[in-house]
Amino acid sequence: MRVKKEEMKYVAQLAKLEFNEEEEKEVIEELDRMFKYMENLNELNTDGVNITINPYCMENKFREDTVEESMDIKEILDNSPQNLKEYIVVPQVIE
Amino acid sequence: MKLTAHEIRSMLKNKEISVEEIVRSYLNRIDKFDTILGAYLYVEKEGALKRAKNLDKKIKHGEKMGRLFGIPISIKDNISVKGMQNSCASKMLQGYISPYDASVIKRIEAEDGIIIGKANMDEFAMGSSNEKSAFKLARNPWDLSRVPGGSSGGSAVSVSASESVMSLGTDTGGSVRQPACLCGVVGLKPTYGRVSRYGAVAFASTLDQIGLMSSDIEDCACLTQCIAGPDKNDFTTVDMKVPDYSRSLTKDIKGMKIGIPKEYFEDGLDDRIRKSIEEAVDVLKQNGAEVKECSIPLVKYSMAVYYVIASAEVSSNLARFDGIRYGYRSKSFKDYRDLYFKSRSEALGMEVKRRIMLGTYMLSKGYYDEYYEKALKVRNLIKNQFEEVMKKFDALIAPTSPTTAFKIGEKKKNALSMYLSDVYVLPANVSGMPAISVPCGMVDGLPVGFQIMTNYYREDTIFNIAYSFEQSTNWHKMSPQISEV
Amino acid sequence: MEYELVIGLEVHVELSTKTKMYCGCSTEFGGEPNSHVCPICLALPGALPRINKKVIEYTIKSGIALNCSINKKSRMDRKNYFYPDCPKNYQITQHRFPLCRDGYIEVENSEGEKKKIGIERIHMEEDAAKLIHTKAGTLINYNRAGVPLIEVVSKPDIRTTGEATCYLQKLKNILRSIGVSNCKMEQGSLRCDGNISIRPKGSKKFGVKVEIKNVNSFKALEKAFEYEYLRQVKAVESGEKIIQETRRWNECKNKTEVMRAKEQARDYRYFPEGDLTAINISNEWIEDIRKTIPELPYDKVERFIKEYNVSKHDAEVLILNMGAADFFEETAKLSRNPKAAFNWIMGDISRLMNEKSVSLSKLKFKPEDLVSLIKFIDSGMISNNIGTEIIEEMFVSGGKPEEIIEKRNFLQNSSEDEILQIIKKVMKDNPKPLEDYKNGKKRAIKFMIGLVMKKTKGKANPKIVNDLVNREFNKN
Repeated sequence: MRVKKEEMKYVAQLAKLEFNEEEEKEVIEELDRMFKYMENLNELNTDGVNITINPYCMENKFREDTVEESMDIKEILDNSPQNLKEYIVVPQVIE
Repeated sequence: MKLTAHEIRSMLKNKEISVEEIVRSYLNRIDKFDTILGAYLYVEKEGALKRAKNLDKKIKHGEKMGRLFGIPISIKDNISVKGMQNSCASKMLQGYISPYDASVIKRIEAEDGIIIGKANMDEFAMGSSNEKSAFKLARNPWDLSRVPGGSSGGSAVSVSASESVMSLGTDTGGSVRQPACLCGVVGLKPTYGRVSRYGAVAFASTLDQIGLMSSDIEDCACLTQCIAGPDKNDFTTVDMKVPDYSRSLTKDIKGMKIGIPKEYFEDGLDDRIRKSIEEAVDVLKQNGAEVKECSIPLVKYSMAVYYVIASAEVSSNLARFDGIRYGYRSKSFKDYRDLYFKSRSEALGMEVKRRIMLGTYMLSKGYYDEYYEKALKVRNLIKNQFEEVMKKFDALIAPTSPTTAFKIGEKKKNALSMYLSDVYVLPANVSGMPAISVPCGMVDGLPVGFQIMTNYYREDTIFNIAYSFEQSTNWHKMSPQISEV
Repeated sequence: MEYELVIGLEVHVELSTKTKMYCGCSTEFGGEPNSHVCPICLALPGALPRINKKVIEYTIKSGIALNCSINKKSRMDRKNYFYPDCPKNYQITQHRFPLCRDGYIEVENSEGEKKKIGIERIHMEEDAAKLIHTKAGTLINYNRAGVPLIEVVSKPDIRTTGEATCYLQKLKNILRSIGVSNCKMEQGSLRCDGNISIRPKGSKKFGVKVEIKNVNSFKALEKAFEYEYLRQVKAVESGEKIIQETRRWNECKNKTEVMRAKEQARDYRYFPEGDLTAINISNEWIEDIRKTIPELPYDKVERFIKEYNVSKHDAEVLILNMGAADFFEETAKLSRNPKAAFNWIMGDISRLMNEKSVSLSKLKFKPEDLVSLIKFIDSGMISNNIGTEIIEEMFVSGGKPEEIIEKRNFLQNSSEDEILQIIKKVMKDNPKPLEDYKNGKKRAIKFMIGLVMKKTKGKANPKIVNDLVNREFNKN
């Protein structure tokens, strides 16, 4: 399965990543290589087989609706790249 | 001179040494050797000493000693420790200080363990040599020109070189077992759901487990005892009581049925490693185990399954690293959309970006059914096959790595070798079953290890078999001589 | 060529749980920005979601109330997209196995006929953070991030804006009555998006649908959908193709405008959420939840119409406040005068509740007391006007009608002789009204009646006053 350049660009858009020419080539090569492995999976017949999400069967883990302590605002702002008072700031989002 | 936690404990109890002296000796060793070894990305010097002094007071007052009393433990730099960095060896999280503790850290501290520093790793746990760390190289203490393995390279180095007594790492695709093997220490990946993942930066939600490294099985069992168990903060932990693992520390394995999957011992495995493992199996036989060959034909698909699931999940788990609430934010961007592109592209390494691309691709329109869902179904088949095999055996033996540690900068060898290094370790992650790597030999001055894998939640059997082997040999006592440069 | 309007509604409802969907942070409104946050809702490295059981309960409850079947095997999925209001850059929602599906709400079409609007699915998800756009940049407040929502998706069965508003109104009232949300559109706890398409009348094939957002009130809904219908018809008639896009209703310009897409490609790459377990619902749990559902509003409406002869309109007014409906029912039953019960509750009592900002639960009197009052009026012992005075006092002091009547000597005077005496006196003192009446001003009679009632402090039997004044005025 040959990964096309447009496909690669589309996926990079979704993943919010940018690549230069060289890196693009690298990524496409890697994707191609990986897909060769994936194709092995087609050797197996999986008709009627259920999917496994968590490897050990788990169901119905819930939390009660009780309020727990929140974080201190200072702890949040200490790690933020840019803030205005208690808000985190990003460049203006214009639709 | 290598000390185990249980040895330190009796020294403390007999008042032969103080906690402060212990911590100082480890800090001195780090000072002396870590510039060349590169095991640590951060050393908590002040905090560790402060804690040591408090613990010495506790002894003075005759207070109860927690199970990990006074033991210096290093933590892979992707597990949250409050007030310390959690860089994941990435530019993306350089400078980030975690405002909360992972659940396992809370449990270690509740047992009076001492967090001595954050260990080096491959960026975001992607890699098997620690060469993908954005900050520094880590070196194998047995041969400084070689890699320690990865992604929990720093953890393995710190235990192997006695820069810590034990270490916590993460194992998504062998990342605790493989470096443990290459550095000659014990490395355990518990059953999926045995240890809480809360606070460990997620790579693949259904494959990750926090793993442990130590010098011997008794230490490993002790640390596992402390951190295992259901956690209300992680809904993927299982409500199963943690057995008393100390009861498993006996040489008696009479009647244990051990399987040797033939798929693991075909071509490609270094002959001398093969020999070491065969010798290890002989020891088990001598100790009373019944050994038989078996077959698990589906193991060869575990690689494809792993890569599909792991990259798909990581592409989503790493989306939160966008430079908005924390972490690296680019200085040059056009608008808010560009902020994402620039921050992520500038701060993430190429290996990480490749995996994200692969995962995003796999999940994107048109490919989901073909790749992702297919992989989940094959995962089911693999799981079922292992469960069938485990009905007949108490444990399976496998190599951990087809070769010993390779040279730093050496491009991965041949395709077969790369394939094998995956196939030995991945099934435990894909099936979720527990597996441990135990040192069992030396080849050309480099450590060799073998794996023991059991059914779900049978870490007790793992400890039993491993202890039986270990106590019949001396491999666990070996310690590298680090050439002072 | 006539074009049929096809509408599908996607309604997001904020659930009134105490904590967020995946963490224990409070959902309380207000509070300093970023004061209800934690590693989970901030998406700090290493955080894991913990699903709120109450949300599952409320969702099942909503499903039952909306006639859905409950998916006994359900799970959460991730919806991946990057946006500043989305801390994880994915939302944990339900894609493949929504908790509820195949329900309906009954509305009336333009011909007054009953019609079922199908509900495709109801699923659980989480709300996004709040963005405040300023010139200095966009400010992000994560208090709202992670608040639990259910999304109710209708089938494209709606054909007029009337049906749409009826559907939305009923949805609102039903969900409010079962206590899962306060459903306030103005506050944002009920948000509605529409999928609008057109097709030639009689055609079975669906046209291209356009998503309409930013519809913040019932009025806006009507205007936006009407506008979009006309826009699409105009486009098609001039040979243009309808593009599948998202448009925003512009309140000021009264038109829909193309929104720039949030995510250029709407490729959400849904996949199962591996940090949460499967959700398997037992029949017992569903039954336990079903038992907690009171009589639903529109069942109550039907029953009120049948049992109490209340008009459909009146019944629908009552159910807007279930407490009022209950109060009405008790009063109607015991007094056997549903009309009076309705009038008092929706009239003076509602007025006083508004004026004095008193809620129904804080009323100082009970249905039995209102029953008592109605009985007094029905027996002719007091007039309606006196009744109002008594209600006002009951409101303030909480006394019983009998006590107040006794205390203030309210018993109605029904003696014709006495009343006639008073009428004659008032007419003597006020000759003008009779003059006006004779000069053709018929309304002067009303004025005179008013004067007489005033003189008797409202105690005279109004019917008798009316008859006698009429007789006196028409005598000469």
